Amino acid sequence: MIPAGFEYHRPTDMASAIGLLQAHGDEARVVAGGHSLIPMMKLRMASLSHLVDLQGIAELRGIELGADVIRIGAMTTQNELITHEGLAQAVPILREAALQIADPQVRYVGTIGGNVANGDPGNDMPGLMQCLDASYEVVGPDGTRTIAAREFYDSAYFTARSDEEILTRITLPCPAAGTGYAYEKQKRKIGDYATAAAAVLFGPGGASIAMTNLADTPVWSAEAGAALAAGDTEGAVSAALAAIDPQEDMRGPIEFKKHVAGVVLRRAIDRALSRAAG
Amino acid sequence: MKDDVATPEERSASLKGMGCSRKRVEDVRFTQGRGNYVDDIKLDGMLFGDFVRSPYAHARVVSIDTEAAMKVPGVVAVLTAKDLEPLGLHWMPTLAGDKQMVLADGKVLFQGQEVAYVIAKDRYAAADGVEAVEVEYDELPVLTDPFEALKSDVVLREDLAGQTEGAHGPRKHHNHIFTWEQGDKDATEAVLAGADVVAEEMVYYHRTHPCPLETCGCVASMDKVTGKLTLHGTFQAPHAIRTVVSLISGIAEHNIRVISPDIGGGFGNKVGAYAGYVCSVVASIVTGKPVKWVENRMDNLMSTAFARDYWMQGKIAATKEGKITGLWCHTTADHGGFDACADPTKFPAGFMNICTGSYDIPTAYLAVDGVYTNKAPGGVAYRCSFRVTEAAYFIERMIEVLAIKLNMDAAELRRINFIRKDQFPYQSALGWEYDSGDYHTAWDKALAAVGYVDLRKEQAQRLEDFKSGKTRKLMGIGLTHFTEIVGAGPVKNCDILGLGMFDSCEIRIHPTGSAIARLGTISQGQGHATTFAQILASEIGISADDITIEEGDTDTAPYGLGTYGSRSTPVAGAATAMAGRKIRAKAQMIAAYLLEVHDDDVEFDVDRFVVKGAPDRFKTMKELAFASYNQAIPGLEPGLEAVSYYDPPNMTYPFGAYICVMDLDVDTGEHEIRKFYALDDCGTRINPMIIEGQVHGGATEGYAIAMGQEIAYDDMGNHKTATLMDFFLPTSWETPTYETDFTVTPSPHHPIGAKGVGESPNVGSVPAFSNAVHDAFRPFGLTQSHMPHDHWRVWRIARDLGLHG
Repeated sequence: MIPAGFEYHRPTDMASAIGLLQAHGDEARVVAGGHSLIPMMKLRMASLSHLVDLQGIAELRGIELGADVIRIGAMTTQNELITHEGLAQAVPILREAALQIADPQVRYVGTIGGNVANGDPGNDMPGLMQCLDASYEVVGPDGTRTIAAREFYDSAYFTARSDEEILTRITLPCPAAGTGYAYEKQKRKIGDYATAAAAVLFGPGGASIAMTNLADTPVWSAEAGAALAAGDTEGAVSAALAAIDPQEDMRGPIEFKKHVAGVVLRRAIDRALSRAAG
Repeated sequence: MKDDVATPEERSASLKGMGCSRKRVEDVRFTQGRGNYVDDIKLDGMLFGDFVRSPYAHARVVSIDTEAAMKVPGVVAVLTAKDLEPLGLHWMPTLAGDKQMVLADGKVLFQGQEVAYVIAKDRYAAADGVEAVEVEYDELPVLTDPFEALKSDVVLREDLAGQTEGAHGPRKHHNHIFTWEQGDKDATEAVLAGADVVAEEMVYYHRTHPCPLETCGCVASMDKVTGKLTLHGTFQAPHAIRTVVSLISGIAEHNIRVISPDIGGGFGNKVGAYAGYVCSVVASIVTGKPVKWVENRMDNLMSTAFARDYWMQGKIAATKEGKITGLWCHTTADHGGFDACADPTKFPAGFMNICTGSYDIPTAYLAVDGVYTNKAPGGVAYRCSFRVTEAAYFIERMIEVLAIKLNMDAAELRRINFIRKDQFPYQSALGWEYDSGDYHTAWDKALAAVGYVDLRKEQAQRLEDFKSGKTRKLMGIGLTHFTEIVGAGPVKNCDILGLGMFDSCEIRIHPTGSAIARLGTISQGQGHATTFAQILASEIGISADDITIEEGDTDTAPYGLGTYGSRSTPVAGAATAMAGRKIRAKAQMIAAYLLEVHDDDVEFDVDRFVVKGAPDRFKTMKELAFASYNQAIPGLEPGLEAVSYYDPPNMTYPFGAYICVMDLDVDTGEHEIRKFYALDDCGTRINPMIIEGQVHGGATEGYAIAMGQEIAYDDMGNHKTATLMDFFLPTSWETPTYETDFTVTPSPHHPIGAKGVGESPNVGSVPAFSNAVHDAFRPFGLTQSHMPHDHWRVWRIARDLGLHG
C-alpha cells in the first residue's frame, strides 16, 4: 500500500497547472481530494511520475449562486456543498446526495470536481449532475470549453476530458421553484459506494432521472424522465431499468442489482413526487 | 490505638477491588495517543521488510529473479526459500502439527502466499523492491471447495505425498488432513433410527477473519555482540513465541527476549507464528541490523489467520414432545493450504465437541474432517475458545430447525431441554464436565426482559400486515442460549506444542505498600492492567490504584501461555488470586508477630489483619509491607513476594441468553436491528463496566459476521474481500444498540468463581442475529440459509420463497 515514487507539484494558477500537464503528458495527473486517485496509486494500479495538486489554485474554489444558474468551483469540498446554506435552498438534492457520500472525514477533503472528473462509476455526483443537466467547464492549452455532464462519460474512467485539460467549474441550472427531488441510495455501510442509487427531479420544468453504479457510466434516461413528466411512474421505471447494465461484485449478483435498482428508483420517485409543490 | 474511623465498607470501596466499575487505567495513554504499538518502535539503523506475494492460488514457482530488485536504491537484500533452506527455515512447524512454507518452496498454495522477502532501508524502498522482483509462475488447477478437494486428483501438498498418517491419525486422501471423532457413533445412529422425529440440516459457518485494527508485525533485533535476539511483536502468546523461536532457530532460549508491547486487538489473529516473524529474525541475523515488518490491511486479510469455514452436517433426534434424544454432526473443515489452526495439541477441531450446547442430550456423535484447499491457512479462534463459535452456531441452528419440524416455539423447546441446575457438574455426551449453570433462571429472565410473549404477538400482526400488503418488512425474533467452554486449560489434556496451558502471576510488594504484579498473559485491549489489579486489591487489601500490572516481556514476566480463548481470567486470574493468597498468608504471620499473638489469632479484614475479638488491635497491609522489609522475624525471610503457576482443574463454562429483534426489507434485503438483549453469566464479575464493554465489542463483531463479514474467493482462488471496502467492519452507524444484563453463577473450582466473558458475546450473538433472519422467514418455509445475511442473500431468500410477487 505504498505508491511508486512521484514528483509532487502544487501550482498556484491554472496556467502553471496546464503547463505541467503539457510538459509531462500521460506521466502526469491532477489530484483534487485524492480519494480516488491516491488509493489507486497505493495499490500500484495507477503509476504516475507527476502529481499535480490543485489545492493551491484559489480560483478553483467557491460557490456562486445566480438567479438561474449556480457555479461551483471544482475544488469545492463535499462538506462545503453540505454546509452552504443558499445552495441547500436552491438545489436541495445536492445536499441530500452529498450527505450520502462516504463519511464526514472524506467529505472534508473530497471535492465535487474530483468526484465528477474521475469517471468512476461508483461516484454519486456524476449521475446527479446528469439528472440536474449540469455542464463542466474544462480548461486546456487551447482554452476553455464546456461539456454537458450527459455527454461527458464514455466508459469507466474514460471521459470527454483530454489528458491536458483540467475540469475547473460545474454549472447547474437552478431547478424551477416547487421541483420535487430525491437522492436515494442503497449501500452496505457508511463509506460504501452505492449498490444502487437514483436521482429524481420532478416539477414544473419536467422530470429527470439518473442512476448510479449500475453501469460503467452514470445512467441518465431521457425516456424515463419523459415518462415521469407524463405521470407514468411505471413507464419511467421500466425505461430507466432498460438502460442499466450492472455487474456482479461483492454487493451482489446482477439480478439482485436490477431488482434493487427498481426499488430504489420507485422510492426516489415517490419521495420526489411527495416533495413537488401542488 | 490508631486513628482510623473509616468503616469496613468505606475501606473496601477505597480498594477498588472486585465488583467495582473502575475506569480503565490503560485508557489514559490510549486516549492521548501515547500507546506504544509495534509500529511505534524505532531502533537505530532499523531496516524494513516486505513480501512479494503470489498472485495465484495454486502455481509452480518456476523462477525468482531478484537482480532488478537488488538494484532498487535502498534495497539491502532479498530472501527466497533457497536462502532459508540451508538454515532449515524455509518451512516452519504449525501449531496444529503440520508444517508451513515460510517462503514459497517450489510452489504456492494460496493467493497472497509469501514468495520472497525484500529488506530495505525504508518502507518505500522495500515496496519498490517488491515490485521489481520477477517471479515466473506456472498455474496449476485450483481447489476452493473442500468437498471437491476430497475427490480431486489434484495434489495440493506434494510434500506430504505418500504420507497416510498425519499429526492426528490416518489421512484418507491426499488432500485430507485428519478425522477427529468424539462420542458414540453406533449409539447415536441407533437413537436416530428409532426417534419420533429427526431434523437434518447442513449448517455452514462461513470463512471470516478477526481483522484486528492493528495488523500483525514485529521488529527483530539481533545483537551480534551479546548474541541476544530481541523480538518485539504483536504476540498474543509471547512466551510460547520465545520457545518456538528457540526451537526453530536454534538460538538458546535465554538469549531470546520477546516483547509484546501495546497490542491493538488480537481476536486470535495474533496467536500463530507467521512468515514475517521468521524472515525478520533471519534478516536481522544476516544484516546485523534491526528489521521491522508490519502488515498492511490487504496482507492481513489475505495471508494471516482466518477463522471458521466449517461445513456442519447435523441430525437431531427428539421425541414428539420435543425432548432431544440424540445429536449427530459431521463437519468438513476447510483449513486452506496448510493446517495452521491454533488449537490445543490433542484437539485438532478445538472444542467443537461442546456442540451439545446448553442441552441435556444423552447421546451424541461428532466427526470432523480437516481438508486442504487453495486458501490461506489459519482456522483461529476469532474471539472464541477454539471452535466454540462454530459449535454454538451449529446447535443453536439445529434447535431452530428442530422447532420447525416439531412446529414448536423455539423458546419452549430450549426450556424443556436445558441441563437443569441440579445436574451440575454435568457430564456431556461428548466428554466435557460442565462446572456450573442455571440456564432456566437466565432464560426466564431474558424472555421477561424483552417481553417475549408480546413480541410474538407483534410479529404475528406484522405477518398479517405483510400478507395484506400493508408492509414489505418482516419481523424476526432471534433466540440463543449458548454455553461456552473457556479457560484452556488443564495441563492433563491441554497443551500447545507440548507446553501445558497453565498460567502465572508473580507479585512483589514494595516497602511503602504498593505493588507490581507480572503475568504470563498479554492484554490486547481487554484491560488487564485494570482488572487484575482489582483481583489483587480484594485478595491482598492494597488499593488497585497502588498496583502496577505488567505483561508481555519474557525477560521479566513469569512463563504463561498468553491471552486467547477467554483464558486470562479463568487461568491467569486464578494464578493472581492464588499468588495474592500466598502474600496474605505471609502477611498474616508478620501481623501475628508484630501483634504478639498466634498466627491463628489474627484474621484478614479488608485491608488489614485484626486480632480476633479485639478490633482495635490491627496492622494494615501497608504497615505489614514495610515490616517485611525492616523486621527480623524469626523463621521468616524478608520481603513480601509470591509467584503462582496455576493449572486449572477444569475449564469454565460461561453461558448466556441473547435475543435479537430484527426487521427485514424483503425487497432490498436491508435489515434494522430493533433490539439486542444480552444476558451473560460469567460467574463472579470483576469489573461490570469492562464486562459491558466486552459484550458491546463482541456483539458488534458478531453482528458483522452474521450480517455481512466474510472472506470470499472466486473459483480461481482470487481473494475478493481484501480491503475494508468489501470486508465488512461496521461503523458506529451500523452498530446496533445493546441492552446488557446478567446472572451470577460462580465457577465452583475457580479461586474467585470467575469464568471469563470476552468471547461470550461473539459466540452468542452470531446465532441470535442469524436466527432472527431465519425466524422472519419461517412462516414461508425457510429452514436454513447460510450466513452472512447481507443484503443480496436476504433478498435471495425472499425471492426463492416467492415473496417478490
